[in-house]
Amino acid sequence: MATAPTTTRDLGSADCVLDREGLDALVQALRARGRTVVGPTARDGAIVLAELESAAELPYGWGVELEGGHYRVVRREDEAAFAHSAGPQSWKNFLLPERVRQWTADRGPDGEMTVRAERHDPASYAFLGVRPCDLRAIAIQDQVLLGGRHRDDAYGARRTGAFLIAVECVEPGATCFCVSMGTGPAAGPGYDIALTEVLDDAGHRFLARAGTPEGAEVLAGLPQRPADAVTRTAAHEAVEAAAGRMGRTMPSVDLRALLADTLDAERWNDVAARCLTCGNCTMACPTCFCTTTEDVTDLTGDHAERWSRWDSCYDLDFSHLHGGPVRSSGRSRYRQWLTHKLGTWHDQFGSSGCVGCGRCIVWCPVAIDITEEAHALHQEALSKGGPS
Amino acid sequence: MTAVPLPYRVVDTRPETADTVTIRLEPVHETLPSFAPGQFAMVYAFGVGEIPVSVAGILPDGGLLHTIRGVGAVSGALYALRPGATVGMRGPFGTSWDLPLAAGDDLLVVAGGIGLAPLRPLVLAALAAPQAHGRLNVLVGARSPEDLLYRDELDGWARPYRGVAVDRPSAGWKGRVGVVTTLLDEAPFTPAETTAFVCGPEVMIRATARELLHRGVRPDRVLVSLERNMRCATAHCGHCQLGPLLLCRDGPVVGYDRAEPLLAVREL
Repeated sequence: MATAPTTTRDLGSADCVLDREGLDALVQALRARGRTVVGPTARDGAIVLAELESAAELPYGWGVELEGGHYRVVRREDEAAFAHSAGPQSWKNFLLPERVRQWTADRGPDGEMTVRAERHDPASYAFLGVRPCDLRAIAIQDQVLLGGRHRDDAYGARRTGAFLIAVECVEPGATCFCVSMGTGPAAGPGYDIALTEVLDDAGHRFLARAGTPEGAEVLAGLPQRPADAVTRTAAHEAVEAAAGRMGRTMPSVDLRALLADTLDAERWNDVAARCLTCGNCTMACPTCFCTTTEDVTDLTGDHAERWSRWDSCYDLDFSHLHGGPVRSSGRSRYRQWLTHKLGTWHDQFGSSGCVGCGRCIVWCPVAIDITEEAHALHQEALSKGGPS
Repeated sequence: MTAVPLPYRVVDTRPETADTVTIRLEPVHETLPSFAPGQFAMVYAFGVGEIPVSVAGILPDGGLLHTIRGVGAVSGALYALRPGATVGMRGPFGTSWDLPLAAGDDLLVVAGGIGLAPLRPLVLAALAAPQAHGRLNVLVGARSPEDLLYRDELDGWARPYRGVAVDRPSAGWKGRVGVVTTLLDEAPFTPAETTAFVCGPEVMIRATARELLHRGVRPDRVLVSLERNMRCATAHCGHCQLGPLLLCRDGPVVGYDRAEPLLAVREL
């Protein structure tokens, strides 16, 4: 898969400018097409992803203050709609819901078993405000769930029906490191429409470009004006400036090799002493895809259902093998998560599993910082004279 | 075939040991694609759950044999099934014992406990094509004589060598006592031209592979069958990871050249 460029522009399609009314028209146009529009909105002290009935529900004027184990929404002095970075949820909450019924089975009086596959007729989503890191995260989950020998058809049905409106980042958070992971702040491939928010003396507007024929068709139907040089330059400079204001960085080494070479590092003991193995990072991570299965019956015992639900490699049962867990220590479970995310994901699915969104840092109750751990492993490897 | 189970009927059950049974399954309607020795099915006990079980027999009519030790909730439910009962089956999944890789080689089949079950169809395939390879050696380890599987078949597997070692002999046991690797001295094979197929508890796999490498068998010619927790078998659930491997996809059969460094890391 292609790595998203950091600041280059997609020159393949004509761009245009939408104002706030244009954005509202976009939401209405998508709803008129029968789509469920999901986007960010300020609710319960956070920027959450929820169904939007109009663009007025976007978090105009709200920003976020992020740190390890810390998240606050803050009032901004301007009316920017997309000046927040990753929130507690990601698009996987919609594309790979927490619980999904896979099939049902019934046992007849003669003991015959009839199994019925679950029908896949999901909502036709439009996601408004997909950050470039999250756009990449969707592509990564596509590779896991659709790119192998076996396809997850339920995911495939939700995914192919989804219309993606990326919004480039001009306001990175203190926990962001998409530049290190090559996923932002400019939007990489995969969007139907990409927007860049511009807010200056010339007004509040969105530079828009289409990435697919459907995106072009939707854009063409909106009140708009041709892109002008001032808006283009402002958008370009804002994204470029964002690339220079990342709150975090990864060590600039081959992370896959670093993780493969540090399985016995002392640092794992250090982080294990802090890690609560609560699994918050795996729930918040936009690429973590692990699930488990649950088999249930009704009271008659003759109707059974198979459900899948999110699981976490921090759970002791995750690696259970006749008699006990393979990974019983917290050290081994944190190591599993980090080595998978940054290292063995490459072996399994051909890319890194980290997009640099920073959610795992923000939502860790004890503020464990994936970038700090990677730097520490790198330092330990250097001190031992190893590679990397 | 891989997402939703197909109903299969239990047509025969044969007790192997006090806690282990071999069940013969036939498709009720549709048949799964054909299995290769070493591959596994996800076997569903109605309302209880689903476990990975390697095929112990691949029958020409589409039927399958599974040898099941009733130790957990699902395996216990499968163990208790009687002829006429229906189970759900998904598969085939995973890598197989690569018998063509061993063309011309001596074959060394080393089993520990119920690890003999996934090796049984390999032994039968090798017996059916004796000209394709050198000498067939079958080395079987078990806790006690009472824990031996396929007792009435074992004697027919000596082409030329079949050895059995038990940890705890019982009265009248005349065979070897000790771990399965003690049989290696008796088995006629040329290490540099041998392919080994090893399945059993992980500690037995490591000890056997170490001994084989020591005797000069190439690491990539020591094929081992590994096990981790499996939920989906379609490489989507993440449970069966062993470092870079997803064992439902990249295993269960793995060359020891890849397995050795992974098994050397505690709690990987």
